Amino acid sequence: MALIEMQGVCKSFPGVRALNNVDFSISPGEVVGLLGENGAGKSTLMKVLAGVYKADAGRILWQGSPARFKTIQDANHAGISLIFQELNNCRNLKPLDNLFLGRELFLKGTPFLDYARMRSKALELFSYLGVQVDLDQEVGLMSIAVQQMIEIAKALLTEVKLLIMDEPTSSLSDKETAMLFKVIRELKAKGIAIIFISHKLNEVFEITDRVAVLRDGENAGDIDPKRDTLVQLITCMVGRELNTLFSRRAGRTPGAEVLRVEGFSGPPLVKEVSFGLHKGEILGVAGLIGAGRTEMARMIIGADPRTRGKVFIDGKLVHIGSPADAVKAGIAYLPEDRKVQALVLPMSVRENVTMSIHGLVRRLGLFLSRRKENRVTDGYVDSLGIKVSSLEQTVNNLSGGNQQKVVIAKWLATHPRILILDEPTRGIDVAAKAEVHRMISELADQGVSILLISSELPEILSLSDRVLVMHEGRVKATLDRSEASQESIMGAALIVDDQGVKV
Amino acid sequence: MESTAGDLVPGRSGHRSMPLRILQSKESAIFLALLIIMAVITYVAPKFLSASNLFLISRQISFVAIVAFGELFVILTGGIDLSVGSLMALAGMAAAFAMNAGIPVPEAVAIGLLVGLAMGAVNGALISYVNIPPFIVTLGMLSTASGLVLGITKGWPITNIPASFLPVAQGAFLRLPIPLWIAAGLAVIGHVVLTYTAFGRRTYAIGGNEQATFLSGINVKRIKFILYMISALGASIAGIILVARFNSAQADTGRGWELDAIAAAVIGGTSLAGGSGSILGVVIGACIMGVIRNGLVLMRVSSYWQTAIIGIIIVLAAGLDRLKAKRS
Repeated sequence: MALIEMQGVCKSFPGVRALNNVDFSISPGEVVGLLGENGAGKSTLMKVLAGVYKADAGRILWQGSPARFKTIQDANHAGISLIFQELNNCRNLKPLDNLFLGRELFLKGTPFLDYARMRSKALELFSYLGVQVDLDQEVGLMSIAVQQMIEIAKALLTEVKLLIMDEPTSSLSDKETAMLFKVIRELKAKGIAIIFISHKLNEVFEITDRVAVLRDGENAGDIDPKRDTLVQLITCMVGRELNTLFSRRAGRTPGAEVLRVEGFSGPPLVKEVSFGLHKGEILGVAGLIGAGRTEMARMIIGADPRTRGKVFIDGKLVHIGSPADAVKAGIAYLPEDRKVQALVLPMSVRENVTMSIHGLVRRLGLFLSRRKENRVTDGYVDSLGIKVSSLEQTVNNLSGGNQQKVVIAKWLATHPRILILDEPTRGIDVAAKAEVHRMISELADQGVSILLISSELPEILSLSDRVLVMHEGRVKATLDRSEASQESIMGAALIVDDQGVKV
Repeated sequence: MESTAGDLVPGRSGHRSMPLRILQSKESAIFLALLIIMAVITYVAPKFLSASNLFLISRQISFVAIVAFGELFVILTGGIDLSVGSLMALAGMAAAFAMNAGIPVPEAVAIGLLVGLAMGAVNGALISYVNIPPFIVTLGMLSTASGLVLGITKGWPITNIPASFLPVAQGAFLRLPIPLWIAAGLAVIGHVVLTYTAFGRRTYAIGGNEQATFLSGINVKRIKFILYMISALGASIAGIILVARFNSAQADTGRGWELDAIAAAVIGGTSLAGGSGSILGVVIGACIMGVIRNGLVLMRVSSYWQTAIIGIIIVLAAGLDRLKAKRS
């Protein structure tokens, strides 16, 4: 018997039909991938399942009998746990406080917490999961991977029957992902059902028993990872044949050196980083999470202080002490977390696009010109194919891919000579990803020099002219396009030796 | 509002017609509330609509509004300025001192404003460049400035204000009190700055997402520094006009006004989390506060009860705002 069976689920929001007659089911001990482009209805379906939204029509059977969870708490009590992409923990508290939040154990008959019992219970759970967790450290200081394990442990504290994981690997390194997958397999063996939502298709193929695909709020079909191919999955998701991996043509000659970073060091992670970036070049920066890539980028643009190091632009030493200086020097930085670091969510598309070019959209030298702002924004909405209902739409309401395009538009509007992209396709769907890749390649062809930080090796490999591999804050290797492969990059990123390769 | 360029895709720039925009604006609901409150008060106490009463309350509202305008700028970034009340007293005292010392009125007023601005700069520098939370810094300034005033004046009012300065608060132009004209002028300037300049846009952006604004290459620290000076400037202007109103600088001028200023902003739909709010909203918020206060007096409600009622109204206004936000 299926653990949960959803039949003919419909859900509409004003102006949008989010789900149309969707069926979905999962059995105990099954790992089911739920895939679809952004806006295909995955989140809505999961929210209906967990009682966040009420379905307009359709039946939901939980262990064979009709279930209508009115709130997420009802779903929790029934045995459904959600682990969101944005982790729901209290960063200022220690693991025990987080684990037992809302279900604390008390000394018998008193209002006092029974830390001894909570501690032994937690240790038992963590050893079962095979992770080392420092119980005396605040969780905010721990790696995302460990924080996630704490969330999973929290789910296991209740009698969980169904675990929903939304993009659990998006911030994990390959090693951490492997650890997570080991845990998933153990949970599966225990009879726990797992819904696995991810944009990383090969991971979905590795871990799931079955993949349910949604497209435009409807069932688009099921994929069997043992039998079907990646191409079949992608075709199913986008509904048309698609040239999946955009590949940049090789064999270009590098232009003059535009940016030179020399001897960059700074707490906590960056040590003696030096490299050069040439005109029209895409320099990929690979490495595990915690290799210091983002930290290095933030030092280049002056967002964080460094203890040592120089930046040269066109061979001339420049001082960049703040992002404002960086913009003036022609450097644009597209941060890794668009919602937290790049967009002002309650503001409109227009206001976000013109955020860094207020000086260029003025009239009378004093006021912002709505006409000029509209013209600039409209140009990028057209050229980047941003889907908006109006330039005044708040970016909060856009899909992930379109939000990312707004961020790209904001930076292109500054006409940068050097573009630093930090995880430019994180959390956006396959079609939008291919578009962003094409955009990056075209920008390089137009002479923009690009530093591409990415945790997705296929992305690095298909776009980069050269690849910089970082490990624990140092540049471990620089590989030419011809030398770069999954193996050579991972080899450099993982294998520790004392003599870092000279650049 | 500018018209859009002809080469745009129709409708994409999202302009709606003027009447529609007014009806849908956030301010229309509280404006309606203001009208209802005024109608109720008029019904209970018809004296409310008398010319002399309207003259008095519009003048009183003007003082609160001027302080609240400055406060709004700070709140829009998610900050707060608790020192505005005591800065009113400090600026007023400085100006009165200068007048007493025989300095001509315009220069004396300038001295008062400069003293206020300097204190605002101290607030701004500590908040922006030393990274101390605004609540702490301005709470410290509240105490420091009011202590300065008491220490210097020993609690005695400064009198002998030149007669030529008094009309600034007591006079009228076109039968409307001068402070109302000053408040109206400042409202227009504030609205233009917030709506049509990069500085205003960046102020809202900081409240919406400070980190993203910083990474966009905007000098967030400098803007916040300036904002605390703007807040101090508003307080100083009000404090100096109040000297003309009372014909003296009182040490306890402005005591508790920080709450009125914050309340006017919140009632006017300003989010204390930053990112949303408007001058128009603050104007309406200040009117609601002033009208209710006045109405309670006219209805002979004791001043003790008045305080409680104002408190309840502030919480209600904030609660209604949350409710509206939740529904949309």
